[in-house]
Amino acid sequence: MAAAKVEKYKSDGTAVGGLLEWVDARFPLMSLWNDHLAKYYAPKNFNFWYFFGSLALMVLVIQIVTGVFLVMHYKPDASLNTSGVPVAFASVEYIMRDVPWGWLIRYLHSTGASAFFIVVYLHMFRGMLYGSYRKPRELVWIFGVLIFLCLMAEAFMGYLLPWGQMSYWGAQVIVNLFTAIPFIGPELGVWIRGDFVISDATLNRFFSFHVIAVPLVLVGLVAAHIMALHEVGSNNPDGVEIKKKKGGDGIPLDGIPFHPYYTVKDIVGVVVFLMVFSIIVFFAPEGGGYFLEFNNFFPADPMVTPPHIAPVWYFTPYYSILRANTVNFFWLDAKLWGVIFMGLGVMIFFFLPWLDRSPVKSIRYRGPLYKGALAIFVVCFFILGYLGMLAPTPGRTLVSQICTIIYFAFFLLMPIYTSLDKCKAEPERVTG
Amino acid sequence: MSCDDKVDCGRRRLLVATAAAGGVAGVAVAVPFVSTFAPSERAKSAGAPVEVDVGRLAPGEMMTVEWRGKPVWIIRRTKEMLDGLAKITDQVADPKSDRPMQPEYAKNEHRSIKPEYLVAIGICTHLGCSPSEKFKTGPESGIDANWPGGFLCPCHGSTFDLAGRVYKSKPAPDNLEIPPHYYLSDAKILIGEDKRGA
Amino acid sequence: MKKLLFALLCAPLLALAAGAELHLDKAPDRSRDFPALQNGAKIFINYCLNCHSASYFRYNRLADIGLTEQQIKDNLLFASDKVGETMTIAMRRADAKQWFGAAPPDLTVIARARASEFGSGADWLYTYLRGFYRDDARPTGWNNTVFANVGMPHVLWELQGEQEMGAGHKLELVKPGKLKPEEYDAMVGDLVGFLNHVGEPMATFRKELGVVVLIFLAVLFVFSYALKREYWKDIH
Repeated sequence: MAAAKVEKYKSDGTAVGGLLEWVDARFPLMSLWNDHLAKYYAPKNFNFWYFFGSLALMVLVIQIVTGVFLVMHYKPDASLNTSGVPVAFASVEYIMRDVPWGWLIRYLHSTGASAFFIVVYLHMFRGMLYGSYRKPRELVWIFGVLIFLCLMAEAFMGYLLPWGQMSYWGAQVIVNLFTAIPFIGPELGVWIRGDFVISDATLNRFFSFHVIAVPLVLVGLVAAHIMALHEVGSNNPDGVEIKKKKGGDGIPLDGIPFHPYYTVKDIVGVVVFLMVFSIIVFFAPEGGGYFLEFNNFFPADPMVTPPHIAPVWYFTPYYSILRANTVNFFWLDAKLWGVIFMGLGVMIFFFLPWLDRSPVKSIRYRGPLYKGALAIFVVCFFILGYLGMLAPTPGRTLVSQICTIIYFAFFLLMPIYTSLDKCKAEPERVTG
Repeated sequence: MSCDDKVDCGRRRLLVATAAAGGVAGVAVAVPFVSTFAPSERAKSAGAPVEVDVGRLAPGEMMTVEWRGKPVWIIRRTKEMLDGLAKITDQVADPKSDRPMQPEYAKNEHRSIKPEYLVAIGICTHLGCSPSEKFKTGPESGIDANWPGGFLCPCHGSTFDLAGRVYKSKPAPDNLEIPPHYYLSDAKILIGEDKRGA
Repeated sequence: MKKLLFALLCAPLLALAAGAELHLDKAPDRSRDFPALQNGAKIFINYCLNCHSASYFRYNRLADIGLTEQQIKDNLLFASDKVGETMTIAMRRADAKQWFGAAPPDLTVIARARASEFGSGADWLYTYLRGFYRDDARPTGWNNTVFANVGMPHVLWELQGEQEMGAGHKLELVKPGKLKPEEYDAMVGDLVGFLNHVGEPMATFRKELGVVVLIFLAVLFVFSYALKREYWKDIH
């Protein structure tokens, strides 16, 4: 069907109207407004799980804006000042104490980093609940997983910047993982670091990536993610395609214009999010030691290894998978297997659209096999996350090995159990 | 546009109220961010007033101190130097210091609190170079036979007298700036602040 | 079947061993007690500031705990001549490392760094400063209950007296100091309260502002939710 001819905006006689007409004649202002807001028809039954996309965008904006202001005062310099403290670490305390309101900008940025992962994990989980990654939305999902990967890189590199003990040693451990790659490993490690250990060279290149390179990519991916979504239309908690039932005017019967309905609903979501966010920023910015780690208040010391190195909480499930690999298999070290499985643990999300063979999309109509599998997967994910924060013991390693197997089984066995599952019939129209 | 036939008044009122509350929130959020631009405690500390001990300064001598990154000259003028100021009143562009280059207490013939000591910022009012001292008088100065002593800026040739007043027909438009200052005691000057309660 | 799997999953969790335990005494809360914090400042500057810097804390920040600029200049300004400067020290790090084995760390954020699952940083510092005991095996002659083989001598020994490690891993005061044990504990409480304040001087303001922000957001919530309900009346 050919696209309808786009009508250009005609002024309503006011000055603003005249301006809009002028712009619209030269820029697709009105068609963008209509296609993505006023005439983008979204299903009317979005629930709680559908807040997290707009919240993720909100957190991205918070991180960028606070980041811009932090960079005005932060110095990426690992050398020691006259008090023997690394300049980078001292510059963070400078922001906290000497820059007017600097402490608030810093806490917003540190809390925002953790908030980003909470929101994104919940956003991904919504996809798994309602089959949002299924055809025709595979590309939306792929852009999303790419965003997740970029976010992990962004957070990892950002964490080096305060140049505390956890910053330094966390980066040391993770970059050392790359040295496990056969043949090129050690050289690759030196090339990434720009030195033989994490040093000023590493700090400065991570600074460049964290401040501009990865954010640019992130913003581009987010735009692509939303464009891909709008191209096919949003899914909904019933997994029903609303475009199948249209009225005489071509508008889906179960669709409502995103603006004003979801703009006004998302504002409520934003306010509630800001309340929770503010409770943390103003009353518990350290997050019990999870958002601002205690050991990171010691400046980085290459001579002193902390007794316990763990990544920030949002990486711990994958850290557990890494450490669960303790056996040297074939001709590869356990260390390398750990890296491989950790990488696969993230990459496997890309394949979800093709692993899921269920005839229905939404968990509401799936059978007990998928529901059970998803529940076990979530429990395992939490256990892996918890174990990743602790020092390894034989007992803990065994549990993380079991959970790693379950984690991968959830994906790899999915073609089987989703085909076998006894599903209910999907409704024709959304049920709310 | 009247209410209730085409426009939903209840909805409009709520919209305006929410927008207003949101606007207040927006301004409140902007305040901390804009404030981060203001000088930090470190900048304010570095720009803090400087105490100078002039006890060792001999008559006819000059010392230089730093305040806010700028050179500040303190000259202990001799009687001849001070007497010479009245003689060149018609050669300087702003003899009465009408233009606002000094605090009220330095708006006098000797441009200082005590006639004996001149406290001036050593930056040419043309484009910012620091003038050189030319205290030698007469033909020896290398300027002209009647030179009574003062300063010459090497960049574009502006000259200033021993009260920091700029000579006529020179590139510099103004007298040298006199910073806020006051005497903590006979031999101690605090540069950077006016005397409180003065 | 799922239940069994779940139980099997959870069983090993019970076998999880805890890490090395630290028993910390609870530091008293001095955060609203300005005289105590001022006393702590005095002790810090007199006893600690010789070796330890607090290089992100400015002297004029002591105004937050009720001191005037004149009081600061008259009583507390030894290492510097400007009240706007930071609490740096003259001792060079290289020298310090040679003399003590490890350079005394900067203490500005020590109260934040020493927090752990066993207690707050203030608790750690409170226990540390009261936990020195005589140990001739150490070069300084002192050891510590929470920081084994620490390079720092017991700077406050004249005030506390000398403790020794007795039977059953308990400390005993064998030589009394200038202060009675309760007085010493109170003094350390003040010092630790001050260090806690130095760690985050804006903490009290942050919490007060948080209350205002949450109240405002609550109001905003009421408005925005009413607006949402108003628009969504049309949708069924």
